[in-house]
Amino acid sequence: MTTARVLPPLAKHRVAKLPTVTDTVLDNGLRVLAVRRPGVPLVELRLRVPFAAPSGKNGMPHVARATLLADTLLSGTDRRDAKQIAVDLQTLGGQLSASTDADRLGFGGSVLSAGLPGLLHLLGELLTSASYPKREVEGERDRLVQELAINRSSAGVVAREALMARMYGDHPYAVDLPTAAAVEAVRPKHLRALHDARIAPAGSVLTLVGDISPARATALVAKALAGWTAQVTPVVTPPAPPQVGRTALLIDRPGAVQTTLRFGGAAPSREDPGFASAVLANLVFGGYFSSRWVANIREDKGYTYSPHSGIDHPPAGSRLSAGADVATGVTAPALLETLYELGRMATVPVDQAELDMARRYAIGTLALGTASQAGLAGLLSQLASSGLGVQWLRDYPKALGAVTVEDVLAAGARWFSPSVLTPVFVGDTAVVADSLRTLVELETS
Amino acid sequence: MPTRAPAPTFHLSYAVERAQLANGLRLVMLPDKTSSVVAVAVYYDVGMRSEPEGRTGFAHLFEHLMFQGSASLGKTEHFTYVQGSGGVLNGSTHVDYTNYYEVLPSNATELALFLEADRMRSVALTQDNLDNQVAVVQNEIRVNVQNRPYGGFPWLQIPPVLFSSFANTHDGYGSFVDLEAATLADAQSFFDRYYAPGNAVVAVAGDIDPAQVMAWVEQHFGDIPSRAVAPPPSFAEPLLTEQKRAVVEDKLAPAPAVAIAWRTPDPADLAGFLPYVVLAEVLTDGDASRLQERLLLRDRTATSIGGYLGIMGDPLDAREPTPFLLEVHHAPDVAADTVIAAVDEEIDRLVTDGLTTEEVQRTVARMVARYLREVDPVLGRATQAAVFEQQRGRAELLNELPDLLSSVTTEQVVAAAATLRRDNRAILELRPARGES
Repeated sequence: MTTARVLPPLAKHRVAKLPTVTDTVLDNGLRVLAVRRPGVPLVELRLRVPFAAPSGKNGMPHVARATLLADTLLSGTDRRDAKQIAVDLQTLGGQLSASTDADRLGFGGSVLSAGLPGLLHLLGELLTSASYPKREVEGERDRLVQELAINRSSAGVVAREALMARMYGDHPYAVDLPTAAAVEAVRPKHLRALHDARIAPAGSVLTLVGDISPARATALVAKALAGWTAQVTPVVTPPAPPQVGRTALLIDRPGAVQTTLRFGGAAPSREDPGFASAVLANLVFGGYFSSRWVANIREDKGYTYSPHSGIDHPPAGSRLSAGADVATGVTAPALLETLYELGRMATVPVDQAELDMARRYAIGTLALGTASQAGLAGLLSQLASSGLGVQWLRDYPKALGAVTVEDVLAAGARWFSPSVLTPVFVGDTAVVADSLRTLVELETS
Repeated sequence: MPTRAPAPTFHLSYAVERAQLANGLRLVMLPDKTSSVVAVAVYYDVGMRSEPEGRTGFAHLFEHLMFQGSASLGKTEHFTYVQGSGGVLNGSTHVDYTNYYEVLPSNATELALFLEADRMRSVALTQDNLDNQVAVVQNEIRVNVQNRPYGGFPWLQIPPVLFSSFANTHDGYGSFVDLEAATLADAQSFFDRYYAPGNAVVAVAGDIDPAQVMAWVEQHFGDIPSRAVAPPPSFAEPLLTEQKRAVVEDKLAPAPAVAIAWRTPDPADLAGFLPYVVLAEVLTDGDASRLQERLLLRDRTATSIGGYLGIMGDPLDAREPTPFLLEVHHAPDVAADTVIAAVDEEIDRLVTDGLTTEEVQRTVARMVARYLREVDPVLGRATQAAVFEQQRGRAELLNELPDLLSSVTTEQVVAAAATLRRDNRAILELRPARGES
């Protein structure tokens, strides 16, 4: 038996220099952020275009069209067909893809540095003359319908769709994925009309990080995207409805070997003075491996593999989510422990040591996340969409440093109390419903 | 504006330093002061293929146990010390190795080395912790396999069709019966046999001073006693001499899929192996690849296509034998044989008509770009260097791989394609079987 040894202390922390961001608004209204981050000879590209979904009856058709628009944006322009675009991207050593959510259309890509002019030229062509060819749109539409069926065969996707619907009612955030029927109704003309109505440089932000000269890269963007001059009527997502704890919903998945537990609620935005407290409360609850929820239902009881909670930031209202997939036979006991840990966050102060550990984790992992080209590009792009700049990387650790035990208790009471969260479960109703009812009021579907 | 290929300035120049301790532990250091973070990766030369019969899933279960305590650390303290220093960590089990890694602010470098040394010195196990982690692993299998459509497809399901030995065919996640049969004695003997310092490579990348790291490694790992280490066993087995087919039913999947697997040459011969790596991309990377263009754009029979080498998808981290895999998800009204016939036609066409230098160059350009993106983060660098050092004795391949990929010729790709025949492959169909639960 070997004896315990003394752990080495941490050395003095070397604070990384804040990246220098060249921030330019071009003549067409596009904002360009450029950062030189040598290392590998690559450039990371992110473009966010405002793309708010409408609410009410126009919501579902929009989501279907937006999803298909993103899937077929690279299927042709007035000068290149789908294959040529793919050939050119490979030749440049590049990749580029588009995606949408209820707030924005996003492009993500990367390219060998020498290929940046070519990638920007292609991007400009896509933004100004994507053609949505009939054959490609129809093929992609059929593929999307099948892909949606595959997505919806996952318990996690079923739970998320139901949770969004329950939390957001008739707000656009209620629709997470389009229905097959809405997708089947989409025609190329809808995509061209949506493109023309919504894709414009004003309000959009392009972020470039990598082995570049920021001035030269910005000039390349100005040249390649000079023809992108569309002007559109801005659409703003309405504020998300206030989150009140709604009755738990159990969705039947006959024969399921696990029950998928999901919880959703509101959270403060990055600009909110209570944000840092909420982040630390989240870490202590379930936001990292060294959290109470993981210690309890995984490392003590073995009910689950990876319980996790987190905060994300849709612009119309930030959101707290928590999820665990637990063995069917221990569903109610796992819920009991979850409610206990949530209630503890809301009513009992955390230990100072627990808070300090979470704080060091939050500060340290911020540095890790910005240490790669892709990580820095992603974070700067996200921050810009919240109206925040690179200075946030300096301010946020300071805010984390100031959070007290009392602050975390206040955040716990406000955001983590079981009474303000909406639960959705997916599992074998015949096996788990009765025991769940001993703990919570339950609707079934 | 015409799209021209960028000049091939692909050569990487990360500094690579190496050392070996008296107890056999190998160390690779990749200093790079451009960020203030460090990755530490420890690779043990044992994976799923080394599990004994009756103990399927044991290598992975043991990986979990390595987080349950060691000489100076209680259960899960490994996590609390790393995360409490602002770092992240994990471990993973592969067919030929098991790795553990941390990424941390560089002021925690010595701490990470101490923590890894502590559990290399001795793992501290209790029956409670073993029982707990068996339950956790069973839940991992439920969430990743049993309660998920296409859960084990094809990585757990095609080995029994392509291979014949227990080592190569068994379920590396493990049967519940085998997991529950695992004992503390099994764990101790697995540790004694495979977790010896001479069976491990430690890689440290990022904001480090190599002389300082060398001193810390000597201090914390140096007194771990040397133990005998057997050379990596051979898992080689004969090639298929006729086509083998099998069908699995999936109660959760809404649509069918088919996987086609061939054997590659021994990955130890990198020059002979890389043409297969390039071929997989020629066939499946993007709309301009042969099979995507044919099946997704032209025939519209498939909904997604993947092509890769290695059961777990990394072409460069497994020894002989290793598969070349195509995975096609297709519409319910399309027969698997229609998809297979189209794949055969495209491979025949490639073999008969060849391909242009331009097609290989653009394919390789994106492969190189993707590789650069993987090694930009310090963790990507540490893990690549560690596996290259462990399996090939050459961490420098981290820098050399882009040039090696760029030197693959059209003739080599065609020759590789010519070995993907109808009579030496395994085919696994996945069929939806919903509503039968």
